[in-house]
Amino acid sequence: MPDESGLRPSQHLSEETLLEMYRLMLLSRRLDERAWALHRQGRVQFHVSAMGHEAAQVGAAFAVNRGVDYVVPYYRDLAMAIALGCSPLDFMLGLFARRDDPWSGGRQMPCHFSDRARHIISGSSTVATQIPQAAGLAFAIRYRQQAGQVDPRDKTQPRLALTSLGEGSTNQGEWHEGMNWAGLQRLPFVCLVENNRYAISVPQTEQMAIPSVAPRAAGYGAQGESVDGNDVLAVYDAMYAAVQRAYRGEGPSLVEAHTYRLTPHTSDDDDRSYRSREEVAAAGEVEPLGRYRRTLLERGTLTPALVDDLEAQTRAQVDEAQREAEASPEPAPEEADSPVLAPLPEGPT
Amino acid sequence: MAAMTLIEAIRTALDEALAQDERVFVTGEDIGRRGGVFRATQGLYEKYGARRVMDSPLTEMAIVGVGIGAALADLRPVCEIQFADFIHPAFNQIVGEAARMYYRSAGGWQVPLVIRVPYGAVPGGGLYHCQSVEALFAHIPGLKIVVPSTPRDARRLLHGAILDPNPVLYLETKYGYRQIRGEVPEVDEPLLPGPARVAREGADLSLFAWGLMAHYAGIAAERVAQEDGLQVELVDLRTLHPLDREAVLASVRKTGKALVVHEDNLTMGFGAEIAAILVDEAFEYLDGPVKRLAAPDVPAAPFNHGMFNYFLPGPDDIVAAIRDLAAY
Repeated sequence: MPDESGLRPSQHLSEETLLEMYRLMLLSRRLDERAWALHRQGRVQFHVSAMGHEAAQVGAAFAVNRGVDYVVPYYRDLAMAIALGCSPLDFMLGLFARRDDPWSGGRQMPCHFSDRARHIISGSSTVATQIPQAAGLAFAIRYRQQAGQVDPRDKTQPRLALTSLGEGSTNQGEWHEGMNWAGLQRLPFVCLVENNRYAISVPQTEQMAIPSVAPRAAGYGAQGESVDGNDVLAVYDAMYAAVQRAYRGEGPSLVEAHTYRLTPHTSDDDDRSYRSREEVAAAGEVEPLGRYRRTLLERGTLTPALVDDLEAQTRAQVDEAQREAEASPEPAPEEADSPVLAPLPEGPT
Repeated sequence: MAAMTLIEAIRTALDEALAQDERVFVTGEDIGRRGGVFRATQGLYEKYGARRVMDSPLTEMAIVGVGIGAALADLRPVCEIQFADFIHPAFNQIVGEAARMYYRSAGGWQVPLVIRVPYGAVPGGGLYHCQSVEALFAHIPGLKIVVPSTPRDARRLLHGAILDPNPVLYLETKYGYRQIRGEVPEVDEPLLPGPARVAREGADLSLFAWGLMAHYAGIAAERVAQEDGLQVELVDLRTLHPLDREAVLASVRKTGKALVVHEDNLTMGFGAEIAAILVDEAFEYLDGPVKRLAAPDVPAAPFNHGMFNYFLPGPDDIVAAIRDLAAY
């Protein structure tokens, strides 16, 4: 939505920021491709991909106060995690399930992000469980603001909770119950629905009676908007509006980013039984990384030489992260025993 | 010292916790203006306001899920599930999420969440207001379970559960809310989940129980002391997870006989775990079979009076079980 100057929020982004968004989308894509290759070589056990979703995730991440606002992602959010500041090494350590994997120490499957310092909440593999938790985080923000402990304008403090999931997961009761709570209490809460048209193998037409998830928001007193999820700047614009509403205390929003999963669901899936090769190839024509590259080349932010430089830099980053992760120690097997319970406080018995 | 009922002690602890720690808030169904269906939060809405004593929408799943989120943000939620029977929609949030969060994040995120749950048989409750759920949750690593049986412990353990950095299921015997009375000191220390309590010392037989059954076990132990001269050692477990194994073993090493009483049904009940521990680690001390007195394997206490009384173990049943085992 344009502001008083007639510009969309993304038109206020600096060249540097536009380039950074590209660089992070590229980094996520190349990490993702490497993970598939490592899996096909039998060097890692599993990968769950974000390929095709990079615009939705990076556009969303750039609209929030990265590293400060709470983010409760799901397992397909590699590009979001990277955009929030997680490193290629973080990802590779998880992919190789090494001791120093900062997200779970090799306990969870790869891409189950968790970073307390960056306010990224650990997630499970069960879909939609994070939605009421994100409402709880948003509740805690409001609770402290209402008590006067935190100034709602203080940018060093979390001011909203962003959570994300696929369109199929919005059929879970947890999504509906969490959305209802967020709407009821007008919490600073934004839900990003990454609509890639399939819940693993079942198309959206067989998942729900409506063509788009955004109208569901109205049932919970939330703003709902659908956006081209392959256009990173369009996602940013929609998310920016949602985030500002949350910051202003105007309640929750849902942003539905229509996109496409360029890969099977995971490295264990084979999508040939449920998606035609023609459909997948057509999606590749409009996939978000190439599209954003063309946009930036047209406006002169990118040049062919810079494109090549960034590719080389990214490749070096991915190589280095892989090397370091592969050389890093495995956890001792008996580390499986802990940590089940957090230690009790000192003092009372 | 003041004499209080169990529910008064719980309400007192909630009031104290709200007064002591701004991070504490309570939420659940009808806990605001109504003061809770059992009156556990009576007067707290008026005293602390809707921000901290907050009625929830009808969604046990989100009561727990929102509680988890608030706990991740370092608040101290005390969530009420109106009846244990209604906890099942929240099972995934408790078991899949709260209990696993610390492990799955390699210690990165803690969930200091308390879930208060009135449980167990109560006359007129029927199949959906009478369930005992401790065994369902005691199987889960990462989740603590406490079950006070006295007003003093109820107050101390609620404070301890709030101090604990882990998710704690705080089970309340609702049939005991007003029939259990006891002395509560003016000032008392919190009790963190963990230690059992030897409620009564004895050398003839060990009796293990929690919640309402611990209360009934005390009545039964007193009766057999007077009528039979039997000295029963009553161990009120208070915390089922993590279990105070040493207290269980120490008592049986002394008495050589063990009886577990629970109002949950028999099969795969928590008594089975105690029996397994004793057979495994105190085998050479046992002078008889480890016995379990429990409710029958039916869905819950029936509504009809006669059927209800048949279902629920009472002091008479415990006396009979003690006599049988003592005679072995």
